[in-house]
Amino acid sequence: MDTAPNFILTPLAPLAPELLLICLGLLLVVVDLFLGEKRHILPWLAALGTLTGLFLLGNGSGHFSDGLFGGMYILDAYSLFFKVICLIGVLFTVMLSVRYLDTEKMHQGEYYSLLVFAAVGMMVMVSAADMIVLYLGLELMALSVYCLVGLLKSDSRSNEAALKYFLMGAFSSGILLYGISLIYGMTGTTDLQLISQRLTELNLADNTLLFIALGMVLIAFSFKVAAAPFHMWAPDAYEGAPTPITAFMSVGPKAASFAVLGRILLSGFPELHVHWGPLIAGIALLTMATGNILAISQTNIKRMLAYSSIAHAGFALLGILATSNEGVSAIMNYMLIYAFMNMGAFAIIIMLNNRERRGEQLKDYRGLAQTNPVAAALMLIFMFSLTGIPPTAGFIGKFYLFLAAMNAGYTGTVIAAVILSAVSAYYYLRVVRYMYMYDSEKGEAVAMSPSLTAALIFAVIGVIGLGVAPGWVLEMASQSLPALAQ
Amino acid sequence: MIPVSWYLTLAAILFSIGVYGFLARRNVIIMFLSIELMLNAANLNLVAVSHYLTDLRGQILTFFIIAVAAAEAAIGLGIVVALFRNKATVYADEIAQMKG
Repeated sequence: MDTAPNFILTPLAPLAPELLLICLGLLLVVVDLFLGEKRHILPWLAALGTLTGLFLLGNGSGHFSDGLFGGMYILDAYSLFFKVICLIGVLFTVMLSVRYLDTEKMHQGEYYSLLVFAAVGMMVMVSAADMIVLYLGLELMALSVYCLVGLLKSDSRSNEAALKYFLMGAFSSGILLYGISLIYGMTGTTDLQLISQRLTELNLADNTLLFIALGMVLIAFSFKVAAAPFHMWAPDAYEGAPTPITAFMSVGPKAASFAVLGRILLSGFPELHVHWGPLIAGIALLTMATGNILAISQTNIKRMLAYSSIAHAGFALLGILATSNEGVSAIMNYMLIYAFMNMGAFAIIIMLNNRERRGEQLKDYRGLAQTNPVAAALMLIFMFSLTGIPPTAGFIGKFYLFLAAMNAGYTGTVIAAVILSAVSAYYYLRVVRYMYMYDSEKGEAVAMSPSLTAALIFAVIGVIGLGVAPGWVLEMASQSLPALAQ
Repeated sequence: MIPVSWYLTLAAILFSIGVYGFLARRNVIIMFLSIELMLNAANLNLVAVSHYLTDLRGQILTFFIIAVAAAEAAIGLGIVVALFRNKATVYADEIAQMKG
């Protein structure tokens, strides 16, 4: 029993954002119980709490610590960056939800509470320095999101989406845990830094069983980020989920999963890069191909964005492939940009959603430029950004990812990525064609709401701002990296 | 004393049965059970190794896994009940409204 740590009560101040959000989640449930009809203040409470959380994160950015709770919980600039992305995702989702929930007559108070708990799960995940904490954060996030996906209880598509997402998520958790248990068996620890040390000490770098274990962890995270060939659940789950939750799933959990994947591979298994490098390259290639090619045949725009999100996961994997600070900072930059452009696109979908049409079919976008020129112009910007056309942020994001993978010597993969990126122009710009080149069938105007307007303004500022002035994000991202690649 | 490799073999067998069951059976409830088998295989591994190495981390993780698995089962069954109210089926092949 040489590993029994001295049990010292850790000062809780560095955890203020997480603790605040846990309290907020509980508060939302209680407020919902007692307020009854005055439920419309719930989104405001959630947004206010999330903003305070962001503020506390910024406030605590000077006090990093690489070992709270006996080294299980790290606060570094890397985790801080991803926490900010997750909270921005939550904030957007809250803004998108108000109108949508009204239209769908969905008035469950636990909606916002689950959203906040999912955010806490993601924050725990990205700060985890130990497999135990990582698993707990992952499950807190995943369980909340399963519920959110199935929250339209009377809609059988939502039920089906939740069931598929749940089955795949639980299956991948099983694989992840078995992988973790094998790694624990071989190295005798669950701490990522220690795993990396023991790998060299015990000379495990060529152990077949270790490859199997690492492979299982990789498979599990491929499920979580929806990388091919483990992406089958994503289109169905994205299509059936309530639209704001679809937007949330494609931004928050994805960014958090990438953060964890980066931490596991780069801080736990850097010695094995020769083995997992080609594997990740293959997965990235397959993911980009599957996502971009299958998106072409979609007529449901939510489903198209699901395939697009698969394709973007493939692009982001290029950054992990690079195994350099450059690559990781490119992923961080990309995830932030992706949050803005994807949330913007989903805001437009929700704007078009009313009682007669769901705003999900491509034909709903016919002639949008005539009936609502502003919405059409904004959608145009988001689609350009998703394609990666300058001067939008999407271009900058892809550019740095490709550059990082190129510098790491994966030229072939990058060439394929560029070609597939050109393929993606077809289905993104098809939306633009529907908006600008066809006449509207009914010519009805689109109703706006204050929170949707705010979300759209926020998104468009992000997309244009990060496209025109990308330097500071990259600098912030690269500052955070010495901590990771020790 | 039973050697640790026996436990690991048993866990590997359990895990394989779980994966096979998940992939081959079409009843959603049986698929849940298969996932539980996979989780328990991991638990068995962790506890056996933890005892062998006289290190407590594995057992701590096992406690957490058991607790999370309970929550997971509650949510999974809740989703199945919601689905059953709308479609009256628990067979995965019949739950295929969305395709492509």
